Amino acid sequence: MSENLSIKHYGIFLPGGVEITQTLVSMWIVMGILITFAVIARCKLRSFKPVPAGFQNFVELIVDIFDNFVVSTMGERYSYFANWFFGVFSFILLSNLSGLIILRPPTADLACTAALGLSTFVLIHFFGIAKNFKEYWKSYFQPLPFLFPLNVISELAVPVSLSFRLFGATLGGFILMGLVYNLFPMFLLFGLPAAFHGYFDVFAGCLQAYIFTILSMTFIRGKLPE
Amino acid sequence: MSIDARAFVLGCSAIGAGIAACAGLGTGIGQGFAAGKGAEAVGRQPEARGTILSTLLVGDAVAETSAIYGLVVALILLFANPLVGQL
Repeated sequence: MSENLSIKHYGIFLPGGVEITQTLVSMWIVMGILITFAVIARCKLRSFKPVPAGFQNFVELIVDIFDNFVVSTMGERYSYFANWFFGVFSFILLSNLSGLIILRPPTADLACTAALGLSTFVLIHFFGIAKNFKEYWKSYFQPLPFLFPLNVISELAVPVSLSFRLFGATLGGFILMGLVYNLFPMFLLFGLPAAFHGYFDVFAGCLQAYIFTILSMTFIRGKLPE
Repeated sequence: MSIDARAFVLGCSAIGAGIAACAGLGTGIGQGFAAGKGAEAVGRQPEARGTILSTLLVGDAVAETSAIYGLVVALILLFANPLVGQL
């Protein structure tokens, strides 16, 4: 097995034992793109007109699509979740697409996806307790009281399955792209990798970002009152 | 012929990784079944295409979890083998 095929992180150590890994660098690049876009959109907000055109049109389009997506999944009453999920969705989407510009996708690291899964976990239980106190505790003893341990386990499995799904799908695509680049003979490497990038980075990346957000929404909605 | 203990563990880990990847078998069958039912539903009710598609994708994502667990086990055995350290 060639050295390039290993999925090991390459990193440099700063004084004090802090390691700067590939994941960290590509995450900074993704964050930089998102923050720059947000700042530009905020600065242009002053000059927005009633009839949109150009950049304003694009910003209004993506915000509108996402608002409709959240309202259709969670209902009109919980439309304020659109703010959080728009951030999560665009972060995961850009992370998965960052494989296209030879970065190591940040979501191919369990630390990143576990953080995303845990934030969904916190949201589920925070909003469950805050908005639906009685029903929340009652739901642990449904349908029968002695099933309490099983209900707890199924709650704990939610962040694990969310984060491992995203991690496994991205890392699997990343490894397969490494195999394509390292094991294919030279004459197959013209144009063919683009098809694999189209599948593993663009198609699977968009699908996993969509699935992460819609599953998080469904789980959070499940604990909220009607 | 004597076998080095490390080589034996590594070889068995590779076989185990291959077996773990078989977890994709059931998922493939299940997802194909779901996709077939989805196509049937679109054929019966073409105007509900969007709802059917998103329901199908969420169902497929949940069904895919077991295959991805298999993949993660295979990846751990191949790239971060915990057994070699115990020799």
